[in-house]
Amino acid sequence: MKIRIVPIIIVLLTYAVLQILISTGFLNPYWQQIIGFAGIMTISALGLNIIYGYTGQFSLGHAAFYGIGAYTSALITKSFPHLGLFGFILSFFAAGIVVALIAFLIGMPILRLKSDYLGIATLGLGIIVKVVFDNADAVIPKLGGSRGMGGIAHFTNFPWIFFMTVAAVIIVRNFVYSTVGRACISIREDEIAAESVGIDTTRYKTMGFVLGCVFAGIAGVLYAHLYAFLHPSNFDFLKSIDVLLIVVLGGLGSISGTIVAAIGWTFLLEGLRVLLPPQILDWRLVIYPLLLIVVMILRPRGLFGGKEFKFLKG
Amino acid sequence: MTYFLQQLINGLQLGFVYALIALGYTMVYGIVRLINFAHGDVFMIGAYLGFFAIGSFHLPFPLALAFAMAGCAVLGMAIERIAYKPLRSAPKIAALITAMGVSLFLEYFTSLNFVFGPNYLAFPIPFKVTVYQVGGLSISTIQIIVFATAIILLVILQYIVQKTKIGMAMRAVSYDKETASLMGINVNMVISLTFGIGSAMAGAGGVLYGVAYPQINPFMGIMPGLKSFVAAVLGGIGSIPGAMLGALIMGVVETMSSAFISSTMRDAIAFSILILVLLFKPTGLLGKKGSEKV
Repeated sequence: MKIRIVPIIIVLLTYAVLQILISTGFLNPYWQQIIGFAGIMTISALGLNIIYGYTGQFSLGHAAFYGIGAYTSALITKSFPHLGLFGFILSFFAAGIVVALIAFLIGMPILRLKSDYLGIATLGLGIIVKVVFDNADAVIPKLGGSRGMGGIAHFTNFPWIFFMTVAAVIIVRNFVYSTVGRACISIREDEIAAESVGIDTTRYKTMGFVLGCVFAGIAGVLYAHLYAFLHPSNFDFLKSIDVLLIVVLGGLGSISGTIVAAIGWTFLLEGLRVLLPPQILDWRLVIYPLLLIVVMILRPRGLFGGKEFKFLKG
Repeated sequence: MTYFLQQLINGLQLGFVYALIALGYTMVYGIVRLINFAHGDVFMIGAYLGFFAIGSFHLPFPLALAFAMAGCAVLGMAIERIAYKPLRSAPKIAALITAMGVSLFLEYFTSLNFVFGPNYLAFPIPFKVTVYQVGGLSISTIQIIVFATAIILLVILQYIVQKTKIGMAMRAVSYDKETASLMGINVNMVISLTFGIGSAMAGAGGVLYGVAYPQINPFMGIMPGLKSFVAAVLGGIGSIPGAMLGALIMGVVETMSSAFISSTMRDAIAFSILILVLLFKPTGLLGKKGSEKV
């Protein structure tokens, strides 16, 4: 395995710079949280990129797994507060396992549907999961249901966000240029042709789907312990659309595009909040979709259109 | 038993409104293979147009309906011209995201204070409402008007699509766009017209929804739009009878689940049924089984 020195140095430098800005108080807690969201959206979007950008499976239910990860981990850290940081790390594994299991069980029957129908089925799944979240407190009162779940410990800080995001990028990049990744790409390109050269499409589609959903779950864990309050309305269809937006905006099948789009999108929404004078602050949510439409018309293949930064190529 | 029939009537009322919206989805998908996410918001604009027609201009119901339908037709055609036409040769997903952008824009723009404002408004009912008791069931004028209007519009649409030349053109373009243009059909005009008719139907749906459930607000189109879209897929996307069937099923299932099981779980139940149907009939109930050419 080639150890590329230059990217490693750049990553460590970026971390150092940002960490200094945070520790000296230059970046106040508000911006720290925004950076946190940017990292979380990046991880979640990378997951959807695996499912849709690389394997070609149109999934509109990504937020459901994001939510499952968030609620599972929050339940663990709230139920075992004496475990402290170890409990947090444990909750990652718990969330990952639960999400993987559900994604596997649901993926097996659903992934045989074709593109638009798969989108509908995953959309329906997302709504069903949201209704489950709304009523979850009937079964497990701690989960809060539609009253929301609060009082979660703030374990997520900048080092966690940064290094988990970097780890996610490394995992996705290695996945894409591996045998499994190439099988998935072939499924996206032409499923029938892939089958006829002997690729077990069901197996690889499920693998891609499960991996992508686990990414969403991990992002959910970080989110739960950053925002410290969970409400089912944060995990609905509109949230799935947000992630889809980011993946398409960045360019399907481009890791660099997803990273840039996720960070850019988070800062765009916040930047508009800062830039616009208070009288027309409501216009923030009008300008955002207009920008979206303009970008889509001008660059329909997304910002990066399938290209990658050099250091991410294999 | 009467409770069951009563809920069936309520369900059909909802189903007919969904049918009007679902038709727009299915017609547009059939012709340009695009899921027009902005359609639910055209429905919302229809409700507001009806609100102004009845409340401010004091138009009688048929004129208000016509006003809303015309306004929505223009809106739908404008959206198509501005946002979707440039992307006709682009990957489908780009048009989908643009549709979402249009949807968000319509919702948030109309919720600005100088437009419609974000609050719920009460929809004025332009005719006298009486509740008739028929054999233990209550049927109100509202339900009769909803049924009658929806059925008339659906029959007119079916006539246009099946019996007129323009309908034949629409069917031809949805079958094979390139060949249709070779046969001398003005594809751009047909596509615009399809959007126009679909949007007019949604506008009518909006007015009827306002009459039946008299609270309107800029975000009212999200859930009905979603459910109508699901209904169109349930019936087989691209099939007009399928959209009607799917919508009636969705309306009845939703109302029945709300009445007999639990109103918080009704969405989950409706969508679970959708997933089950898709697993057994992947192209929907009346969908055509497409054969894949290799």
